[in-house]
Amino acid sequence: MTEIVRMTAIEKHFPGVHALRAARFDLHHGEVHALMGENGAGKSTLMKILSGIYAPDSGSIQVAGAEVSIADPRAAQALGIGIIHQELALMPDLTVAQNIFIGREPRNRWGILDEAQINKDAEAIFATMKVRIDPTAEVRRLTIARQQMVEIAKALSFRSRILIMDEPTAALNENETEELFTIIRRLKSEGVAIVYISHKMNEIRRISDRVTVMRDGAYVGTVGAADTTIETIISMMVGRELDQTVAAIPDLTGAPVALAVRGLRHGRMVRDVSFELRQGEILGFAGLMGAGRTEVARVIFGADPREAGEIEVHGTARDIRSPQDAVAAGIGYLSEDRKQFGLALGIDVRGNIALPSLDRFSDRFLRVDEAGLAQAAARQIQSLGIRTPSDRQEVRLLSGGNQQKVVIAKWLLRDCDILIFDEPTRGIDVGAKAEIYRLLQTLAEAGKAIIVISSELPEILRVSHRIAVMCEGRLTGILPGGPQTSQHEIMRLATRRESEPEEATA
Amino acid sequence: MTATDTQQGSKPRRPASGAQQKILAFASLIVLLMFFSVASPNFLQTGNILAILQATSVNGVLAVAATLVIITGGIDLSVGTLMTFTAVTAGVVLTYWGLPMPFGIIGAIAMGAFCGFISGTLVARLKIPPFIATLGMMLILKGLSLVVSGTKPIYFNDTPSYPALSTGSLIGKLFPSLPIPNGVVILFVLAMVISWVLNRTTLGRYCFALGSNEEAVRLSGVNASGWKVAIYALAGGICGVAGLLISSRLNSAQPALGLGYELDAIAAVVIGGTSLAGGRGSILGTIIGALIMSVLLNGLRIMSVAQEWQTVVTGAIIIAAVYADMLRRSRAG
Repeated sequence: MTEIVRMTAIEKHFPGVHALRAARFDLHHGEVHALMGENGAGKSTLMKILSGIYAPDSGSIQVAGAEVSIADPRAAQALGIGIIHQELALMPDLTVAQNIFIGREPRNRWGILDEAQINKDAEAIFATMKVRIDPTAEVRRLTIARQQMVEIAKALSFRSRILIMDEPTAALNENETEELFTIIRRLKSEGVAIVYISHKMNEIRRISDRVTVMRDGAYVGTVGAADTTIETIISMMVGRELDQTVAAIPDLTGAPVALAVRGLRHGRMVRDVSFELRQGEILGFAGLMGAGRTEVARVIFGADPREAGEIEVHGTARDIRSPQDAVAAGIGYLSEDRKQFGLALGIDVRGNIALPSLDRFSDRFLRVDEAGLAQAAARQIQSLGIRTPSDRQEVRLLSGGNQQKVVIAKWLLRDCDILIFDEPTRGIDVGAKAEIYRLLQTLAEAGKAIIVISSELPEILRVSHRIAVMCEGRLTGILPGGPQTSQHEIMRLATRRESEPEEATA
Repeated sequence: MTATDTQQGSKPRRPASGAQQKILAFASLIVLLMFFSVASPNFLQTGNILAILQATSVNGVLAVAATLVIITGGIDLSVGTLMTFTAVTAGVVLTYWGLPMPFGIIGAIAMGAFCGFISGTLVARLKIPPFIATLGMMLILKGLSLVVSGTKPIYFNDTPSYPALSTGSLIGKLFPSLPIPNGVVILFVLAMVISWVLNRTTLGRYCFALGSNEEAVRLSGVNASGWKVAIYALAGGICGVAGLLISSRLNSAQPALGLGYELDAIAAVVIGGTSLAGGRGSILGTIIGALIMSVLLNGLRIMSVAQEWQTVVTGAIIIAAVYADMLRRSRAG
């Protein structure tokens, strides 16, 4: 195996942060090399240096044996280094082909663009990738998975020999992930070296040849993917053994029903959904992307109109028409996209925690009781273990796991006892994930009724007391949680089409 | 497993949505024309139609400039006073310095481009929000116009052919039955050129790309701030054309004029369906938007509606146009 990239002794400081400490990394021709580490371990920073987005403070980078300095993204492109960013860097209003060739549009000497040429070139790239995407389609009309394919096509159009993928499957469902893996394997067989950043252990094992682990900006080690256990990799990442045990499932048959939903309907995505949730219970919602899980949560929360169906909270029928109604009924929704919907990032921790409860901390002249708020915020920070220098820290400066906890704190302070978590650990690293799982357990033990929506089956299996599975807007079955249910059983229900009706209930 | 899941979205499900807004705006224009034709016999007269077109020329040119900046996701509040400043520049060159007319034309456009370059630099290099940067430029240019002219109008008495720049009619000379003023011809030629630039050149492509996702443009290795400066400079140059048109129509550079023109220009852009969020828009839409505004004002005037009420109606139309656009967009999903 020949080496194509060697990075050694890379140092990088950001204001107040020593982001990379003598970091190193090497990459072989035609290998898929996973780069792992908790959030903030420096993986993305290191790859941004390789792709010319950041300049290192010091250190050496060799590409194909020659010492190089990579000043900007263009220089990286010239060296055959392409990066697919975690947050897709596409222009949604432009067409697929226009996106791929941005900055390199073929044009004649009067600067006139040759649209037909780029469409043809884009078509050719998709043909080599063996995917079918219309080059003239507006990118905003494509699914996230298709947009990712466009990003890959763009990287390939530079004749990239080195392709960096930063959490490429974060927003993909199982099928789409499979499609991506097929493309990765094809590229690999053509000699493209791929750096694969991901938090998903099972993917790393399946797709990568070698794994390099980073921690706190430093290099920990490189191991072969085939002959290393997941536990070893995790302990390299966190520097300690993780508690992987699943908590015992309590017997809740006698517990009062906190939330009962009957015949819920909303368009094609929610079709006749009925279930019950008991106090102290964690009900997992599994299904492929687009199965309607988030839509069910949004309808229950009043964010989308309920076309039919009844919602009962603690035995009383509630006519929930808006999120305000839902919150008044004690339902809190922790949305999938914390940054966009769940948190005001520029506001401090205290302000975010207080947001839904401000009316209780202000008098009739609307004066805010800051002292009371500070106390309440301090209690939540302590009980949830939110790591923040103070309650006046802006939320955007916290890590993903701690941001998630701030959202939880905000609903707990509002006395919500029915909590709906939509993808609670998306974008959160392994260590923080375990902590969120423990927290869910603690909340359930304290009598909260909890719904967890997740696209990661291991996560569903780990946290749920019961598992509701959806497919194409219908609830196709409810399975018991714990070891007696396999991923295979869930997938069977998650892919059951309407043509094969069959009732399954736990 | 679900074939629809993976195939979905690979084909565009509807035509480019900008087209619909243009059709909507165009239909509104036709409805307005029909309404006023029925309401007043004086409306559909050649003289009146030419007056409407003539009135559109200045606002139309400014709106074309504003469209470029708005598509990048920015806003240019300085187009009105920049127009005035370029008019004053033409006055200085032609009347104070006594140079021949081509120098005045080049001077005004070059000054416009230079001021646009400054605005663009403030926005793209110093990262000052466009609203603030161009608000500052708007006041600076208003002040400079008064300073340079000594707060008095500059007349173009030494350049007798100057008024013909906008009010003369080359077409009328060739076809006496079609006395379309030059100002109108300039507007339409300019609109066609800029429309072509937007759709067929790199500059236009980056215009849409910047408004769509500026970070993505930068990460693609494109000199994003350089192109943005160029777009603002082009917009500034176009304001120079507007400065020439208005000063030749008034046969003088009026230094106190200009404030408020930027809002009419932005209104025309918005009515024409260009998104204030950036990334989508068209010159054709903007021209239709500018025509809607002048038809409306002209028609209301002919129907003897008080000027105060004309302003009220214009405001209502802007809100209605944007709301119609939002409705259409939410239906498009």
